[in-house]
Amino acid sequence: MRYSGLQVLAQGLTGNRGWRPAWRDPAPKDEYDIVIIGGGGHGLSTAYYLAREHGLTNIAVLEKGYLGGGNVGRNTTIVRANYQLEGNSQFYSHSLKLWEGLEADLNYNVMHSQRGLINLFHSDGQRDAFVRRGNMMINQGDDAILLDREGCRKLLPYLDYEQTRFPIYGGLYHPRGGTARHDAVAWGYARGADRRGVDLIQQCEVTGIDIVGGRVTGLQTSRGAIRAKKVGIVVAGRSSQVAAMAGMRLPIESHVLQAFVTEGLKPVIDHVISYGMGHFYISQSDKGGLVFGGDLDFYASYAARGNLPMAEHVAEAGMSLMPMIGKARTLRSWGGIMDMSPDGSPIIDRTDIEGLYLNCGWCYGGFKAVPGSGHCFAHLMATDRPHPAAERYRLDRFATGHGLMDEEGTGSQHNLH
Amino acid sequence: MQIPCPLCGLRDSREFTCKGDAVTLDRPAADAPAGDWHAYLHLRDNPAGPTRELWYHGGGCGAWLVVMRNTATHAVSGAVLASEARHAG
Ligand SMILES: Cc1cc2nc3c(=O)[nH]c(=O)nc-3n(C[C@H](O)[C@H](O)[C@H](O)COP(=O)(O)OP(=O)(O)OC[C@H]3O[C@@H](n4cnc5c(N)ncnc54)[C@H](O)[C@@H]3O)c2cc1C
Ligand SMILES: [Zn+2]
Repeated sequence: MRYSGLQVLAQGLTGNRGWRPAWRDPAPKDEYDIVIIGGGGHGLSTAYYLAREHGLTNIAVLEKGYLGGGNVGRNTTIVRANYQLEGNSQFYSHSLKLWEGLEADLNYNVMHSQRGLINLFHSDGQRDAFVRRGNMMINQGDDAILLDREGCRKLLPYLDYEQTRFPIYGGLYHPRGGTARHDAVAWGYARGADRRGVDLIQQCEVTGIDIVGGRVTGLQTSRGAIRAKKVGIVVAGRSSQVAAMAGMRLPIESHVLQAFVTEGLKPVIDHVISYGMGHFYISQSDKGGLVFGGDLDFYASYAARGNLPMAEHVAEAGMSLMPMIGKARTLRSWGGIMDMSPDGSPIIDRTDIEGLYLNCGWCYGGFKAVPGSGHCFAHLMATDRPHPAAERYRLDRFATGHGLMDEEGTGSQHNLH
Repeated sequence: MQIPCPLCGLRDSREFTCKGDAVTLDRPAADAPAGDWHAYLHLRDNPAGPTRELWYHGGGCGAWLVVMRNTATHAVSGAVLASEARHAG
């Protein structure tokens, strides 16, 4: 069923009895041309673009839980293209352009809201770094505007500008940055893939990868064996476990990132704001909740929940930036399992096993990448050649040292990003 | 999360910094092949379950510890001084 305003009206007038499930619930077939492991944002978008761009439809997505139950439904939904390094900047630029046409393409409202993102800076050195970043964004063809303190005040009058600890010098404004409804992105891609014939198979955990003579031949799952000519691993925080089924050891550590949401409030924060000191960022959801977060807890974790010290740190950072939020009550906090790579940048590549492909290392920034990653991974899986926008996301960069992409300049080692 | 420091007793995790997997104790020889250094620096088992990690007690005695912890539950089952863990092999 195509969604439209007319459809909403017609259904509303007929008791909403005509709505149908947005995707089928098929049993797994014995064999597929391509199987994607992981029904998160990246797995679903990969399946969608394999069908849409490459005309491949004998495809299954295997998800051990339910679609969108992983990080894609747990993130703070920031979508932006303000990366600076060669490799990252073209990729995120590519992804943002896909976002901008996504709702029409999917015929699905993902509530993509380009409300503008402002990265605050608090010292001369930080301003210089942001001027450089802004110039790189502009050279890439994206948008960046340098705001001084007064410019920030106009957009964000409620910040504490005069604080002695981290006075606000200004901000780098990225008007095309913003947010989207995370679940809707998973659902929209799921529906789009299903409508093109992709089998979305939930409650189906992959437990083994069959390899014969260096070539992948299929998978063992909780719902039986499935043969496959090509397999894509797209399991975010579980990448190490699934890759180990193919005998691989990855340059990945899984860490917990927490997020928080307050009770619903009248509109107070129009943009996405990130604090340049004491890692903290915030936006307001369409339901009115303030959605905010900070750093990783900085220890390996699969618990999908964090500990109090980081919750306190985030709250303190928020209070020092915008004391007004102290009146809001936090409703919920949660955590997601992040696939951290040593240099903080992702991997979209083939593996040494014929027919086995790997997509991981998204760290805490993979939501904005959902369209770009699926698009580029589908290209790689269908054509066996990297998409130009993602050709730097090589797995071997850690072994060779060529092409490491360390945006923060902190070093290519675990636990530094 | 609390960590039982062998020197200071049971202390809040806020006093510690986590360095990561204790494989970093097994430093390759300076002339080891590049592949060994790559594995040492980058490749990890990344277990979902029991693990051994290096934690630094910066807010206490200043010792490096090997902490036994479960990454799926955050339960800490023990800690020894890194210097002794290394001698023990
Ligand atoms: C708190 C938080 C805030 C974040 N904020 C942002 C943000 O503001 N902006 C941004 O760009 N990014 C953000 N991120 C990061 C982003 O959410 C992730 O990088 C991205 O969602 C990961 O890709 P995914 O959607 O495919 O992962 P997931 O949704 O985790 O998908 C992986 C799927 O694989 C499945 N799976 C695992 N093992 C198996 C198996 N053996 N068999 C079958 N299926 C399996 C899992 O069940 C899961 O559904 C945030 C993350 C968190 C946790
Ligand atoms: Zn101690």
